[in-house]
Formats: sequence, C-alpha cells, structure tokens
Amino acid sequence: MRDTKPTRALFQTGSIVLALLLATVVLLLAKADPIAAYKNIALGAAGSWDVVANVFVSWVPLLLATSGLLVTFTVGLWNIGIEGQITLGAVFTTWAMRLMQDSGWNPAIIIALAVLAGMMGGALWAMLAGALKTFGGVNEIFGGLGLNFVATALNIWLIFGPWKRPGIASMSGTLPFERNLWMPIAEGSSRLTPATLILAIVGILVVYALLEGTYFGLKLKAVGKNPKSAYILGIPTWQHMMTSFAICGLFAGLAGAVQVTAVYHRLIPSISSGYGYMGLMVAMLVGFRASLAAPVALFFAALNVGSIQLPIVLKLDSSLAGVLQGTIVLFVILGQGVRDRLLKKAKVGS
Amino acid sequence: MNDTATIISLAGVLAAAAPIVFAVIGETISERAGVLNLSMNGMILLSAMGSFGVALATKSVFLGFVTGALIGALVALVVSFASLTLRQSQVAVGFVLTLLCRDLSYFLGNPIMGQVGPRINQIPLPGLKDIPLLGGLFFRQDLMTYLSFIIVLLAWLFIFRTKQGLTLRGIGEKPAAAYVRGANVNRLRYLYAVIGGAIAGLAGPIYSLSVKAGWKGTISGLDGIGWIALSITIFGGWKPFRAMIGCYFFAILQWLGLVLQPSLPSVPSQVLQVAPFPLMILTLLFVNIGNAEWVDRSLARLPENVRRDIARALRAMNATPPAALGVPFEKE
Repeated sequence: MRDTKPTRALFQTGSIVLALLLATVVLLLAKADPIAAYKNIALGAAGSWDVVANVFVSWVPLLLATSGLLVTFTVGLWNIGIEGQITLGAVFTTWAMRLMQDSGWNPAIIIALAVLAGMMGGALWAMLAGALKTFGGVNEIFGGLGLNFVATALNIWLIFGPWKRPGIASMSGTLPFERNLWMPIAEGSSRLTPATLILAIVGILVVYALLEGTYFGLKLKAVGKNPKSAYILGIPTWQHMMTSFAICGLFAGLAGAVQVTAVYHRLIPSISSGYGYMGLMVAMLVGFRASLAAPVALFFAALNVGSIQLPIVLKLDSSLAGVLQGTIVLFVILGQGVRDRLLKKAKVGS
Repeated sequence: MNDTATIISLAGVLAAAAPIVFAVIGETISERAGVLNLSMNGMILLSAMGSFGVALATKSVFLGFVTGALIGALVALVVSFASLTLRQSQVAVGFVLTLLCRDLSYFLGNPIMGQVGPRINQIPLPGLKDIPLLGGLFFRQDLMTYLSFIIVLLAWLFIFRTKQGLTLRGIGEKPAAAYVRGANVNRLRYLYAVIGGAIAGLAGPIYSLSVKAGWKGTISGLDGIGWIALSITIFGGWKPFRAMIGCYFFAILQWLGLVLQPSLPSVPSQVLQVAPFPLMILTLLFVNIGNAEWVDRSLARLPENVRRDIARALRAMNATPPAALGVPFEKE
C-alpha cells in the first residue's frame, strides 16, 4: 500500500461508513428506527429554506471557533478553554451594548464597537489561559477548563445579578436589546444575518492565509512541530504560543459576539452553545487543515440543526447529533492509525 | 447547627467524595503507567447512566456496579488501543471519547430519565458505629464509602510497596529501562489503563446508585466531575494519599457552597454550585508553579536562607508527572 490521495480518501470514507454503522447500532439499542432518524435529521437540516438558513446561523459561530482553534493547534496547543473565551466574548459584547444602547449613536457603530469589545474579551480570556501555562506551569487543558468554569459562573452571576431582567431574573437570560440594535436579518429569513456570514468567511480565509502564506504561520508550525528546536533556531516559543492564544481568543470572542448581536440578541446562560468543543472536533476531523474547515463545520452544523426536531417527532434525544459527530471523529482517528500502521508495514516489507 | 447535624453533614462529605476517590485512584494508576485517560468526564456520565439502567432492569445493584466497571474498562481499552497500538494522540482520543460518552449517556439514558430505581444503603458497622463522633462520621456509611477509604491504602501499598508497583512506576517513568529489565511495556500499559478505567468506572454507579441516586440526564449534576477528578490526579502528584486529600478538599468546597448559600443571598445559588470547580482547578497553579522557570530565576535573587525555605515549600507542593506520560513506547 502506498501513501496516495486515493488511499487516504478510501480510509476516511471507510471510517465514516463504520462510524455510521456504529451509530445505527446505537439507534437500534435505543429501539429506534435508524432510517426514520436519519431521514428526520436530513429533513431537519435541508427540508426547507428556513432550516437551511438555521444551519448557516449555527455554522457561523462554529466556523469562527474552528478558525481560531486551527491557530492554537498549529502551535501544538489544546485550547479547551475556548468555551469560556466564547462566553467572555458574549459577556463583553453585552456589556458594551448595555453601555451604549441609550447613547443614541448610530446602531451600526454601536454593534461594531460591541463586537470589537467581544473580541477583546475572548482574547483576554485566552491570554489568561496562556499566562497560566507560561508563568504558572498549568497545562492549557486544565487551566482552560478552570477558566471555562469561571466564565460560566461569571455569566450566570451577571444574568441573575447585576444584569437581571426588571422584575424576575430567569434562565431565559437578560432583557433582549431593542430591535434596531440587532444585526440586520436577511429578507425572507427569520434569523440569518448576512453580515455574520461574511465575518465567518473572511475569518477562515484570514486563518488560511496566515497559516499557509506567511512567515509568521511558518514559525507557528515550527513551534508546533518541535518547540525545542524552534527555540534553538531563534523562534521565541512562549511569545508565539501567547500570540496564537490571543488570535484564537479574538475568533472565539467574535463567535460570542455573534451569538449576542445576531442570534439571541441578549445574554443567556448557555451562550457558547457548545460551539467551542464542537470546533475542537471539527479541527481534529480536518486534521488541522484550514482548507476543509468550512465544509466540515457546515456538516456538523447541519447535524445539530437537523436533530432539533428528534425529541418531538421520534421521541429521541437530540444528543444524537453529538453521538454521530463523536463516532465519526473517533473512527477517523482510528482509521488514520490503522492506515499509518499499514503504511509502516509496507515500508518495512519493501 | 448542633454537633449531631455537623457530624451527619461531614459524614455526607465523606460519602460525596467516594466516587471522586475511585475516579482519581483509577486515573492515578493509569497515568502512573503512562496512559493519560482524558475521557473521564464523559465516561463517568456513561457509567452512571449504564449502571443505573442495568440495576433498574435487573433489580440488582451488584450488576449495576459490574456494568459501571465494565464501561470504564471498555472506554480505557479504546483509549489504549488508539494510543498504544495505533499511535494516535492520547489527548485527541480521550477528548473525543469524553464528548461521545457524554452524548451517548444523554441519548441512551433518555427512556430511564427520572425513574426511581434501586440504591445501596448504609451499613452501620456494629460496635464501631457507637464510638462518639468517629462512629457517626466514619462507620455509618455505605459499602462503597468504606471501600473508598480502603482503596486509597491498597493503591498506595501496590504502587509503593510491591514489586509490580515498582514496574508500574517504571513503565511510566522510564519505559526503556523497564523494558530492558524484562517488562512488556505496552502489554502492562494496556493492563493498568484498563484496571484503572474499571476502578474509575465505579464512580458512575456510586453516583447513580447512591450519592445522586437515579438518572436525570443533563441535570444530573455530574457533568464536570470527571474534569475535577483529572485535575485532582495532578494535584495529588500521582500519590494516592495526597490525591485523597484533594478529593475531600473538593467535597468540602461543594458542601460549603450549599451551607453558605443562605448567608450569602446576593450570590445566585448557581454561582456557589460552580465555584468549587474553578477553585479546584486553580489549585493546580500551586502544585505547578515550582516548575516554572521564572520562579527559579526570581528565587535566585533572594537571600540564601529565605530562598531555601521558599524552595523547600514549593518542592513540597510540587507535583511532577510521570516522565513518559502520554509518550508512546517504541522498542528500537
């Protein structure tokens, strides 16, 4: 066997088929009709223009999170703290909106400034994880997790405390902003905002250009491949790690800002909606290559949106989307391992 | 609060720490062998759901516990296969599994959500239970809480006082040396990862059949416990007794969150429930800071006597992971 594009594609397809088979077994275990479940997901994600628009609403923050993570993965960092970075982005955006909402300024300027504030919030939280790693020796996985918990607590405290709705605080979040402070929604759709689509597309293009076309991207790769030799060759390791944390935080903060200004129009307890963890899965699935991130993120978003109707129509839990995503990523990793082993054997044999 | 009430709630803290003790001891054994099993958080949810489902269907808590251990072992086997045999990143596989197991538990657990099922009861130990203070604290617990006291001692004896324990430490620290001395590194890593997984898997049924009996899906309050167990493993410096201290520390923090709630009306209850999690993880700062280079550099500027004391304090707190943790072993 040789390492060619067709064999790689063959292994990836094989892995996905196996993953779907396993997911089918899970469905049978749950005494559900697999065909009906898959059909329901497909219809739920592509059955009407409105659900297709919803898939794109979900695609934007997911792709933004993935774009940021590609940068941290390139330097070899596991930025699990991205969930908290998205949350802080949302918190900072809400904060900025609250400060400016009665100022009478042009709504476009208010929204733009609020989005920038969100990006700053995400970057700040990411650099905190970076500082814990660089100066405290705390592995970024655990530092990030700790900061995720802090972010959740802060968010809930704001919603139930200082920013609570007039009257009674509730899990439904803060009071929605005035309609003129929402990001403009596309005509004929209930939620899709063209501006956020542009942000997501520009975002992934920037990351692609940064990683594939700049000297800085090359240095990040060098640090990721071998921090020690990169350091010896004169690339300051921790500064590059810190910078990539900050870049990822900017993207995560942007995702949070989109959630507030374009999707929910307020701050809610689960504002990050798990897009950070899902972004980690997408980044792993595409093998940390920016070129595939957009379509794979779209597929994951489709699974998520497609599963929303499952509890109502088939009495199945919507976590089926996560089960499908998880088995696919797991089997692609396993398939990769099997392929590596076979390639090595072939090499030794020849 | 009077004395009896205090004793009862402190006894509750010991019981609440039991599942975390099992999870941390299991992970400690696995990591000592060099296998980082990051799937803990989802695995505990899946084993809690699975064991409750089996106990509900068979009316047997024993079979429930067996199921929990089997799920833990199986997940550890997948991590081991992917990392030891297929040489994929342990972090990647563990992370995918933690999300996959969590969603599997929510998906498959949907039909049994909120049902009332069997649970284990307290077994007051005759004679011992009537000792003033200590009796109420230690000897009116359920079986798994008693076992949580014992397993710490057993794990310590095994790791530090037996020949097999020496080999276990060897394959995690210097696998090449252990190999030269005749240890089959990868087979032993499989073995200890699976044993550790099975022990950690018991955390699930201890929750769903005792501490938080039943299965309540996303509001079970178990999401996050596995991450805490992983961070306590580091806090514990891969030593069973120090890890046990971490478990009780976390359980006390959680208990304080409940107790303090009435006296802090301005803080929403949700915040107090979450607070122990970041506090526990940020303790890692103290056990890791001695490893940071800038600490060495700034210490060097201090006068000798002060420097020595601080350095000693840092070293006492310090936790150094097994040298070959997560590193694949390849015989040349």
